[in-house]
Amino acid sequence: MGVFESFSDFMAMDGHGIYVWLSYAVATAVIVFNIVSPRLLRNRLISEHKRRLRREQR
Amino acid sequence: MWQALVRWFHRWTSPKIFYQISRPWIFWSSVAAIAILAVALTWGLVFAPVERLQGNSYRIIFIHVPSAFLSQAIYLAIAIMGLVGLVWRIKLAFYAAKQCIPIGASMALLALVTGAIWGKPTWGTWWVWDARLTSMLVLLFLYLGLWALHNAMERQETGDRAAAILALVGVVNLPIIKFSVVWWNTLHQPATLKLTQAPPMHISMLIPFLMAIVGFYLAALAWGLSRTRLEILQREPNARWVREELDQLGSAR
Repeated sequence: MGVFESFSDFMAMDGHGIYVWLSYAVATAVIVFNIVSPRLLRNRLISEHKRRLRREQR
Repeated sequence: MWQALVRWFHRWTSPKIFYQISRPWIFWSSVAAIAILAVALTWGLVFAPVERLQGNSYRIIFIHVPSAFLSQAIYLAIAIMGLVGLVWRIKLAFYAAKQCIPIGASMALLALVTGAIWGKPTWGTWWVWDARLTSMLVLLFLYLGLWALHNAMERQETGDRAAAILALVGVVNLPIIKFSVVWWNTLHQPATLKLTQAPPMHISMLIPFLMAIVGFYLAALAWGLSRTRLEILQREPNARWVREELDQLGSAR
């Protein structure tokens, strides 16, 4: 595949695989953080809003 | 022409109008970011040739440089928005500046971590206290300081102003990062991309490299816009349209 002879060659990257894959794993984690954390903020705002509505009705 | 541009800009500074017109921007920048990053990173990992001196470890460049660029660009944007907020009292500039902090901090962290991982096979060490690495660490600490300032203040408006001032003072760190590889002897290699010279990279590496940079910028744009929208909802809970929007978001879930 690509410039590599086989899939295991691709994973090994001539001994640099651990560094490359670790870097891409950290990048994935950072991307997931940037997608998930606004979701959590959004959910918190919605539940705060609902709580406030209940308080006002009483 | 000029007046039309000013009017267009002013529409974006009203929280309510910003909330409405930013939605398609988020959608299209997300779609473009996903498509461009998918192509760029597949190309970079699988099809770009092996680098002559560094072997395959150079493939880290496709995330290291975009995240380092972004961490500095976002910092500059935060400082400019802080200035706009302080001078013209545009609340939306403060909201956006605050919500850019976590994005910029995560990019600075990503640049530092991928740099450390890349340093191991290339320099034989994870970390050295040289000018480029240290000034990037200072950038990360500036981000953490900005976030801490926001959370330390009783009134959010005070936090906005204090963080804007810290952001402006911290701008002095940006030229230090940029020129650190020129001014001091450093392990870090000099800039790959220069405006005045042709890039010293083969085209089959250069295209995915430039695409990765564009893709990261587009992703950060989408994240920044959607976080700013949430900040509006959080800061203006008494506005009628905000309450209606929260009603709708709550019932859709």
